[in-house]
Amino acid sequence: MSALEAVLLTIITASTPLLLAAVGELVVERSGVLNLGVEGMMIMGAVTGFAAAYTTGSAAIGVAAAVGTGVAMALLFAFLTQTLAANQMATGLALTLFGTGLSGLIGQTFTGLPGVKLGALHIPGLSNLPLIGPVLFAQDVLVYASVAITAGVAWTFTRTRAGLVIRAVGSNHHSAHALGYDVAAVRYRCIAFGGVCAGLAGGYLSLVYTPQWIENMTAGRGWIALALVVFATWTPIRVAVGAYLFGTVWIMGLYVQGIGVAIPSQFLSSLPYLVTIAALLAISGNRILTRVNTPACIGQTFVPDR
Amino acid sequence: MKLVLEKRPERSRTMQVASPLLAVALTMLLGSILFAVRGIDPLHAIYVYFISPLTTLWSVEELIVKVTPLVLIGAGLAICFRANLWNIGAEGQLIAGALAGASIPILAPQWDSALAIPAMLLLGMFGGMVWAGVPALLRNRFGANEILTSLMLVYVAQYLLDWLVRGPWRDPQGFNFPKSIGFNDWHLLATFGDGRVHLGAVFALIAAAALAVFMARTLMGFEIRVRGEAPRASTFGGFSVPGTTWFCFGISGALAGLAGICEVAGPVGQLQPTISPGYGFTAIIVAFLGRLNPLGALFGGLVLAICYLGGEAAQVELSISEKTAQVFQGMLLFFILTCDTLVRCRVRVEWAARRTSPAEGRLPLGIGSASSRTADAGEATS
Amino acid sequence: MKKLIVLVAVVALSLVTASAFGADPLKVGFIYVGPIGDHGWSYQHDQGRLAVEKALGKQVKTLYIEKVTEGPDTERAITRLARDGAGLIFTTSFGFMDPTIKVAKRFPKVMFEHATGFKRAKNVATYSSRFYEGRYVIGQIAARLSKNGVAGYIASFPIPEVVRGINAFMLGAQSVNPDFKIKTVWVNSWFDPGKEADAAKVLIGQGADIITQHTDSTAPMQIAGEKGIKAFGQASDMIKFGLKTQLTSIIDDWQPYYIQRTKAVLDGTWKSTDTWGGMDTGMVGMAPYTNMPADVAAMAKATEEKIRSRKMHVFSGPIHKQDGSLAVAKGKNLDDGTLLGMNWYVKGIDDKLPK
Repeated sequence: MSALEAVLLTIITASTPLLLAAVGELVVERSGVLNLGVEGMMIMGAVTGFAAAYTTGSAAIGVAAAVGTGVAMALLFAFLTQTLAANQMATGLALTLFGTGLSGLIGQTFTGLPGVKLGALHIPGLSNLPLIGPVLFAQDVLVYASVAITAGVAWTFTRTRAGLVIRAVGSNHHSAHALGYDVAAVRYRCIAFGGVCAGLAGGYLSLVYTPQWIENMTAGRGWIALALVVFATWTPIRVAVGAYLFGTVWIMGLYVQGIGVAIPSQFLSSLPYLVTIAALLAISGNRILTRVNTPACIGQTFVPDR
Repeated sequence: MKLVLEKRPERSRTMQVASPLLAVALTMLLGSILFAVRGIDPLHAIYVYFISPLTTLWSVEELIVKVTPLVLIGAGLAICFRANLWNIGAEGQLIAGALAGASIPILAPQWDSALAIPAMLLLGMFGGMVWAGVPALLRNRFGANEILTSLMLVYVAQYLLDWLVRGPWRDPQGFNFPKSIGFNDWHLLATFGDGRVHLGAVFALIAAAALAVFMARTLMGFEIRVRGEAPRASTFGGFSVPGTTWFCFGISGALAGLAGICEVAGPVGQLQPTISPGYGFTAIIVAFLGRLNPLGALFGGLVLAICYLGGEAAQVELSISEKTAQVFQGMLLFFILTCDTLVRCRVRVEWAARRTSPAEGRLPLGIGSASSRTADAGEATS
Repeated sequence: MKKLIVLVAVVALSLVTASAFGADPLKVGFIYVGPIGDHGWSYQHDQGRLAVEKALGKQVKTLYIEKVTEGPDTERAITRLARDGAGLIFTTSFGFMDPTIKVAKRFPKVMFEHATGFKRAKNVATYSSRFYEGRYVIGQIAARLSKNGVAGYIASFPIPEVVRGINAFMLGAQSVNPDFKIKTVWVNSWFDPGKEADAAKVLIGQGADIITQHTDSTAPMQIAGEKGIKAFGQASDMIKFGLKTQLTSIIDDWQPYYIQRTKAVLDGTWKSTDTWGGMDTGMVGMAPYTNMPADVAAMAKATEEKIRSRKMHVFSGPIHKQDGSLAVAKGKNLDDGTLLGMNWYVKGIDDKLPK
């Protein structure tokens, strides 16, 4: 295995959970909802995914459980914010707090056990190609899924009526309501989709990245996903670019140490965050980039009778 | 069956007071069911959790220590959130304040003067303000989302602290372990009672009261409230949007910074890689529990401190895991948010699948429904 | 004969009364920095707590508080245990040092044991473990087994304990292969499975064909297994995570020390001491040597035995620092003071130590 191939593979593994979580949150935010509970949904997905896979011996069931839990957590958020009109930031934070605690409780009996790893799916013919074969065509199902979901979301937003409706609801819920769209129903679905993606991202951590359960194993990745969405100015393709850029910065921080470059490691560790702020700046400064896609209603509670 | 929210013509005064209490009660109820399921006597568990921290002088003092930073930060955040500004990076501002303030005891340990403590406190407030000023600047100048920039800066602050205590500010006598020198006595805040409650508690009381008066009596306070409740009106009214942004971030950052320097010059007494158990994040719940009212932060801080100390007591007495306390805090926040709706709306259960028109002021709820008009801080500027 | 029977009876009776009418059980408290579910540092300390319960049964009752942040909460958590009647309290993280000393002043009758620190008092003892002894052994194994002559070292923070470990590993490796190289990656965390896994992958990609870690999660072991190379475990026996991967593991075994110190309090013989225990005290244990040829295992066992019996000191001169200056001359050993504050690399390590 060449050194380049190894680095590329590492970057893909580091980027995939970020991409999954971010693309889900993108859809949520496009519908005008800000869910700060990504980290909580992810960690719950991770623990239930591991528990189900460990108990049944099937990684596929683990993935299904992770998705189910992600959706359940998302629906809790949707009920509070859409049905009960609770504040979205506070509810999202509560979701993270709740998820972190509950995952620890559920996971108590699963600590220190080796898990079941989701196997790689070799695409016949292509996976034998030099370099790009192992890097692109011998990945696990979730890597392919992350790419497919991103493409699907991009296609939905640009080519389909559903995408148009979501964007309408996100940019002006009053007009969308006046046009006869059921704002809350649209948002419920988007939030649930965000739950699917966050659950997958969590499952990826406990079934592929490091197949085991450890408390707080998400280690802040949900928050990074949130930043990525803004970084990408709410476009799916840029989310993918951002996730891979972030993964690359992260891995390069480790890589340059391995080849003996002496930089304070705290600086390297904070680099991804500084990069995100810098990117936010660069993008926020560019009005054309931001204005087109920014969901104008993000974070607002909807008022249908105005 | 459908849940129906009917908007109240005016906010219910009773519910405004009752809703946080109801939320606490519901958390206790659900909590006791959880305990019962796990085979623990629920009454005893609830006692250990919520009452025992109030029963001895020692734990009341410890409660005050715990409440101090939460109230300082929570009161500032309440103002911020009132204006629809989402500063969720108070943890970073706390660290920045602690670093700025601690520069005096670390770089000038021999400076024994009556001015030392005030200078530390001012520097601490300044540090927090600068750290909070960054998201404010980015928002005002570039329209960057303040939630994300303030959050990102938390990590940067943590790494900065980490680098300082492992590098330039490391105690030369400390065998290269990551900690600064212990502050000299003249650089520590005055303490009361058993020596744990410190001057910061007084600051917290003053800050909460002063901010409450400020919100009720001043033009800027009015401006902040208008901006939160009717953003358009505030622009028409000729208020400066960037101005309030600067102000709110400045005040909440300064208070978080003050909390930071009070922690390191109080209970911690030195700099080390971790100086706060997430006070900046917990304070967000405090602000909401206090219904975004600076005085309410006192109540919110107390409830969370009890929850936390009770969780610790439960670990020792009942061998319940620390995660339970975290789940409790999450549940509590869910219930607060739910009960908040009761302040704004009446909830009825409608059995027939009858759909009322929004024009009648009734909002059919459930999937495919909506919500009420003035979420306390729910509407962002568009 | 009669006398003997009487004696036996008296002894038996006194034993019965002691247990039946004796004082309340001694409460032994533990403060952990992480969750006990971390399967690393705090987990191993908790195993020590369970061993105390098992060994001393009804004579003791244990209490613990987990996930205590090093900071404003520490002093309260320790005070709580002291107020709850604990007679002996173990505070198991370096960051608990100053709060332990403060609380100890206020509770002169309670005995305290602080792990890995250097401040003591009349009722505060310190204890730590010479993990580096184990690292010398694994350094030798690595040098014997590595084909590329390069090991990947996943490190947490550049503190003396970790630096000492890297140096010991290198000295062990150099004793077999003077040209041995190590590549170090600092992940700035004791515990971040994802990042540790990434670091392992990066190191393997850069040519390291043996992985060792001074972080707490089992992730690097799993990655090494996936890539088909060997690795060393850390803190606990990680064989479950690498049946075909783990060569051995350096085990933090606090059990004997905790039992011994608890007994000392029960007997009334407890004194403030400074214990820096190595293999000789059982504080540092090695997991079974697996996945290696018999001659390598034999060499490792021999070295382990020499260290255990104090026939050999890991840091015995001549040792040169990275810059070529002499750290300790031939025939002498590095003193504990230097070891405790070690902030330089030995010669042969190419990386710069982050400052």
